[in-house]
Amino acid sequence: MGSSSSSRNKIPNAQELMRQTGFSSAHLLRLHDRFESLDRDNRGYLSPDDFEALGGLAMNPIGGRIIEAFFSSGIPWTFPPLSGFWLISVQLTETETKKEHSKSSPAAGPGSSNLYDLDRDGKISREELLQVLRAMLGLQVTEEQLQSIAERAIQEADLDKDDAISFDEFKKSLEKMDIDTKMSVSFLK
Amino acid sequence: MVELCSSEESDSDAVSLCFQSLFFVLAVLFHFSQRFTTVVPESCMLILLGLVLGGVVLIANKKQLYQLEPSLFFLFLLPTIVGDAGYFMPARLFFDNLGAILTYAVVGTLWNAFCTGFSLYAAKLLGFIDEHVQAEMLDFLLFGALISAVDPVAVLAVFEEVHVNETLFIIVFGESLVNDAVTVVLYKVYISFVEVGAENVQTADYFKGVASFLIVSIGGTMVGLIFAVILGFITRFTKKVRIIEPLLVFLMVYLAYLTAELFSLSAILSMTFCGIGANKYVEANISQKSRTTVKYTMKTLASIAETIIFIFLGISAVDKSKWAWDTGLVSCTLVFILIFRAVGVVGQTWVLNRFRLVPLEKIDQVVMSYGGLRGAVAFALVVLLDGEQVKAKDYFVATTIVVVFFTVMFQGLTIKPLVKWLKVPRATNRKPTINEEIHERAFDHILTAVEDIAGLQGYHHWRDKWEQFDKNYLSKLLLRKSVYRKSELWEAYQKINIRDAISVIDQGGNVLTSARLSLPSMASRASFPEVTNVTNYLRENGSGVCLDLQVIDNIPGAKVEEDMETHHVLAGNLYKPRRRYQSHYSRHFMPLGEQERQDREVFQRNMRSRMETFKSTRYKRHKKERSLKKVRRISHRNKRDSLSLCSDPVVVPVETEDKAEHSDPEKDEDVGITFIARKAETPKQRPKSGKTSLSLEGCQIPLLPPPPPAPPSPPPAPSSPTSEDSHLPWKGSLGSPPPCVSLEATKIIPVDLQQAWNQSISSLESISSPPAPAEPIHPRVSALSRLGGPRPASYTPPGSAAGSTFSIGPQWQANQHLSPEPREVSLQGFLIHFKSGEATKH
Repeated sequence: MGSSSSSRNKIPNAQELMRQTGFSSAHLLRLHDRFESLDRDNRGYLSPDDFEALGGLAMNPIGGRIIEAFFSSGIPWTFPPLSGFWLISVQLTETETKKEHSKSSPAAGPGSSNLYDLDRDGKISREELLQVLRAMLGLQVTEEQLQSIAERAIQEADLDKDDAISFDEFKKSLEKMDIDTKMSVSFLK
Repeated sequence: MVELCSSEESDSDAVSLCFQSLFFVLAVLFHFSQRFTTVVPESCMLILLGLVLGGVVLIANKKQLYQLEPSLFFLFLLPTIVGDAGYFMPARLFFDNLGAILTYAVVGTLWNAFCTGFSLYAAKLLGFIDEHVQAEMLDFLLFGALISAVDPVAVLAVFEEVHVNETLFIIVFGESLVNDAVTVVLYKVYISFVEVGAENVQTADYFKGVASFLIVSIGGTMVGLIFAVILGFITRFTKKVRIIEPLLVFLMVYLAYLTAELFSLSAILSMTFCGIGANKYVEANISQKSRTTVKYTMKTLASIAETIIFIFLGISAVDKSKWAWDTGLVSCTLVFILIFRAVGVVGQTWVLNRFRLVPLEKIDQVVMSYGGLRGAVAFALVVLLDGEQVKAKDYFVATTIVVVFFTVMFQGLTIKPLVKWLKVPRATNRKPTINEEIHERAFDHILTAVEDIAGLQGYHHWRDKWEQFDKNYLSKLLLRKSVYRKSELWEAYQKINIRDAISVIDQGGNVLTSARLSLPSMASRASFPEVTNVTNYLRENGSGVCLDLQVIDNIPGAKVEEDMETHHVLAGNLYKPRRRYQSHYSRHFMPLGEQERQDREVFQRNMRSRMETFKSTRYKRHKKERSLKKVRRISHRNKRDSLSLCSDPVVVPVETEDKAEHSDPEKDEDVGITFIARKAETPKQRPKSGKTSLSLEGCQIPLLPPPPPAPPSPPPAPSSPTSEDSHLPWKGSLGSPPPCVSLEATKIIPVDLQQAWNQSISSLESISSPPAPAEPIHPRVSALSRLGGPRPASYTPPGSAAGSTFSIGPQWQANQHLSPEPREVSLQGFLIHFKSGEATKH
């Protein structure tokens, strides 16, 4: 990835970002390129529309939800926050990221919880879980079956019996899974 | 086994068989002995046993009778193990680590083979290896090729007991399976080189070797996948012939192996991929019983094969004629394979870790290096060598045996303490929860989305693409329609539910009465209010989930519901044991007879209870009783014939009889009467039940004595028997177990016993203490019935000639105040054929 200094100069605060994130200049450049290609209108920030235009996301059964989760803060992404977003989520999930091949597991932490948590009350209610399940399973199962699955899932994870899954409970229910393996994606080459 | 004992004398055959059975028993014992198996791997014990056995046989016979025959090994023993491994391979894990597995299998094996070969040649040149070992460079390369491959059998045997974490296991085990292609090609190429002679080998031949590697590996994989598709496709249509499903699985998987072997492709690869590919579709298509059969048969066969392999490895070692010892060669080989394995693993891991998201730690690398076990494949290959071509064959055989023994026994013995000492992450023996199932799928989607956003076409991207393809085309082709519509998540959910239910039963004993229910996989749910049994609970939570595992059999929802209803109803009632038996065993084999059988059973029990009531007080009328019984049988049969004959006179006397019974202490076991009275009580019982009982009820309706409060007929028919029972006035008096007379009662006897019926009825009339009331009632009834409404044309007034038919209509029933409840269902069975003989008497 022969990064030329001229292109690096296009990135605002390049040095500071590199210092903050530990990304190499090549990685930063790569991110920036991707950012610009996503930002079709050159507005300088990303909106959900930009993501929805992606073919793969449109195909994704829960693509809409994922986009929503990404934009859950309500602030449109400008470039530095894009990399910052990765960084923050990485820190939250305590995955090491400072290596040359940066890994990120944005969704394993709050991201994934956000995916379910529609009303942002910090809990996944049965209805919210149902909606995600419905999106994922589509027409394969009946509504009744969906209900039972959701019911069962909540019973399993719900430790304080408030009929909803809090983020802590969510984490606990997954602690036996090898999250690092399952939720890592290499997006910087 | 028998083939193995290629002995000339019959007595030695017998001896060997004795020994073999003895050793199987011992193997089982070792399996059970905790102390042994926690310290010593089973494979070690088996080899030791084999050594002992070999020694015994050698002493007894002066020569070794049997050894591990390569043909037997490659045609029967190896495919059994590989088939099991492939079919139950965790596919997701395998493909998640495919890159690492392929690297270790191809690069690692090549590296080991060449380095070992060249180093041995160098050692020979340097004089470490004795002059007697007549081997050229090609021979050493050949030997290096066969000794370098990690052996799936040994790895499975040792690693399954070590329980390292699944990633580590799949990498080592996957490598041992996939490197077969490399081994086969190297082996064959070298053999052909040796045959033509080293000096005749041209440059083009090396390229041919490379090309043949591609063909052997890719070809083997393709053959396996083709058979996987065929297998999946066939099992789509086996709904009517469930019994052949397991056989089909074994045959096709084995056929994949044989076909690949036939074309000199990698048979192990073929079988592995056939298993991996077909597993998903086959498991979804075949029935639960077939699944269990496949699973246990495969596992059993595999462990038998493993036992045989290790024992015979031990036996084969005790054969001085087969091998020649050279300390230099043996020690050099041992050192080289250990060193090069470690170096290879570390080097490859270093490269791989640059790409892996979760790097392989140093500990993992140590275990991987140490876990490079050699086994029976190497031994079979070395035995296959042609002694004419390869002069040093005997030396190679001895070295291979030593290497195999060293790796399996020494390393196998020490790897467990090593793993403990290094604190290698162990595998958690844990069943997935529904949350994990859900979130794992969600994670897959998320990761795909992240890759999309990041503009990458990485692993998740392609996996997503594959899943799309699988869903849209492959599954449509290979899955049954009923299965295709089911979601995997739903399946997982059901499995978890069933598992919980089973474990509850296992732990708590009687599920159906346990007031509190806590399922193991539910974190801290101590109790469920208002949920008193698992059936209830499961029904509330999963519409189709029930204890008796019927969900798996793709029974349409209505049937499931109905069965569950019945199941539930019967859970607490008198007939539970029988009922359970039915629900467990009759599902596939007598789906139609179920209702009828159940009905009959209820009937029989009722009969018994009635008889029990009167048993103590009755002494007389044996003849009558018997004849009545016959009568009942006749009526039974007649009902089946659906002849509509019910004569009022008959009814009336019976009525009297019923009353008489209550008052009359001297009656003997009067089956017929008993039956009738009982029936009168429970007319509503079985709306769904077979025609037989229904008709009986119908017959009795008119007789209803001063009826005990007839239970209101509940809409769900099956539930009624229980409630009915409770209303029976005499039911409470049931003391001793009922006699088994009633069993006969249900039998149908031929029509020619009508005469007996007539007699019995007449005698009944005369005997019944108040004969008078009977007579009056009869006319009234008939009058009522006449008033009631339209009668079938076949109706004949009471007292008419033989063959008269009487059918009771709904209106008639309604008019009958004696039987207040509406009897919609019983009407069907109403048509009863009676001999008119009695009628005439009245």
